[in-house]
Amino acid sequence: MNPPSLCPIGVGWPARALLALLISLLSIPFSPAASAAEFDYRLAPRRIADGVYVLIGRTEDFSLANGGNIVNTGFVVGTQGVVAIDTGSSRRYGEQMRAAIARITPLPVVLVINTHHHPDHFLGNQAFAADTLAALPETIRAIEAEGPGFLDNMYRLNGDWMRATEVVVPRRALAAGRINAGGRELELIALGGHTVADLVVLDHASGTLFTADLVFNGRAPTTPHADITQWLQALDRLEQISFRQLVPGHGEVAADTAPIADTRRYLRWLAQTIRDGAEQGLDMTEMLALPVPATHAELAEVASEYRRSITHLYPAAERAALGVPR
Amino acid sequence: MRFAWLTACAVLIFGVLPPAAAERAAPASDPLGSPRWGDMQREFFRDARVVFDDRVKVSAPVTAEDALNVPVAVDATALSGVEEVLVFADFNPIVKALSFVPGRARASLGFRLKLQQSTPVRAAARTADGLWHVGGTWVNTTGGGCTLPSTGASSPEWDLRLNEVTARRWPRVDGGTRLRLQVTHPMDTGLAAGIPVFHIDELRITADDGSMLMTIHPAEPVAENPLFTIDIPPGVIGEAALKVAGRDNNGNPIRAEVAP
Repeated sequence: MNPPSLCPIGVGWPARALLALLISLLSIPFSPAASAAEFDYRLAPRRIADGVYVLIGRTEDFSLANGGNIVNTGFVVGTQGVVAIDTGSSRRYGEQMRAAIARITPLPVVLVINTHHHPDHFLGNQAFAADTLAALPETIRAIEAEGPGFLDNMYRLNGDWMRATEVVVPRRALAAGRINAGGRELELIALGGHTVADLVVLDHASGTLFTADLVFNGRAPTTPHADITQWLQALDRLEQISFRQLVPGHGEVAADTAPIADTRRYLRWLAQTIRDGAEQGLDMTEMLALPVPATHAELAEVASEYRRSITHLYPAAERAALGVPR
Repeated sequence: MRFAWLTACAVLIFGVLPPAAAERAAPASDPLGSPRWGDMQREFFRDARVVFDDRVKVSAPVTAEDALNVPVAVDATALSGVEEVLVFADFNPIVKALSFVPGRARASLGFRLKLQQSTPVRAAARTADGLWHVGGTWVNTTGGGCTLPSTGASSPEWDLRLNEVTARRWPRVDGGTRLRLQVTHPMDTGLAAGIPVFHIDELRITADDGSMLMTIHPAEPVAENPLFTIDIPPGVIGEAALKVAGRDNNGNPIRAEVAP
């Protein structure tokens, strides 16, 4: 006996068909093809000093609308070549960054620095010559280990902007200290805390400090690999460096240490909130429900970053509060 | 909706409407709009009465940052006489997450789950009259939480700390007690290649007079090194130590005492 011929059990099918139709209708406005047919990040290098250029991303989270252009990258033009600092979130970003560099100078890119292992800082590596790609040794290892996982997630978040993007692991290991690259004197400062290794670059000629993601300006810091104690120490160190302008990993260029102080203020509040919550025996769901105080409300993405940070950082605080085995 | 049609078909085919089927057809449509609700109802509540009830609250993030550790809190304290609470996630490969018997503790529990994909997470609280009250919420996640190996599975020293308990009690402003309790256990789902299912399946918390405060039956989706948040009303326990006892599915015992 065939039930569907006897009675319209097939109601499941029209319902499913309707669902499929709804899904297809819903997906139209989000289709990258419809919203950004050319996948053009419209990267416009801004000259902030002689031979120093920055590409300022949006202070948003990854999305189909921004294609992952939420990060600051930069490049420094020397007498013999160009040093690029981070390569953006996709192959397309890297290619468009490279084209933007070529519009400004015919000099070759001689060194490409990945400041740390987060995907918006290295997934444009494909656009650059493999032997120019460089990072701290811990960053190289972390890209190797976590790059494929990041890549999957970035395809989910940014859709077709990511097309043909692959992980290219930098092979040149950098160390702290002064280097000359492309005819430009750079001080490499090896710190950590935002991730296992965060490389800060100081361009001596212009006094430009590229802080990578140790400093966020006007946007809530992200913490998936953070060690807040170490991060705060890194901020203390940054504050001792004299610079004329600071290029944060996310947010606007600054002429003073205010973004360092803001990042520190937020991280201290976050660490204290997490410690207090764990000491009071709060469940993680109760921590997630806490409101972010008005003193941090002006930071972009703060409500969602606070919740993400609780997921990252609360378990260790809970373990500390629970103490030794019974 | 679909069930109503099936019932109608049963009438056409068999010419009678079984009374049990008439009862089962009663619940309103799923407030979470999950196409799996009918399956959930058949799996967990076949012969029981079920209502959707806002008084059973499930707190979880709308978007889970870590699919291996999705924080969930269930609160059925707005109902009286809760005898058992069942937690399940419609789209998880292992649907049932845990169940607990509140005993003399409050009918609430905090814990963490592994989720494989976006899914409703639901709690069903059975009251003394046999009625199941179902509440829940959707959790979006990029997933993969159930088919990844536990960190314990690849750690050389996991067996040295297996079933170790860390716990602490806090006095609550209402005079009650909060107990947070973590057990070191890989909680392997059996869905990661080459790693057999291995999870805690019973955890009993008793007062020093032997009265049962809560019994928890975690299933595979409970996160590695499970951490539970339990609330005990005022006047139920004194200053004496609470006892924790249990075992995993390999028979390894769990035993601890939690002094104030």
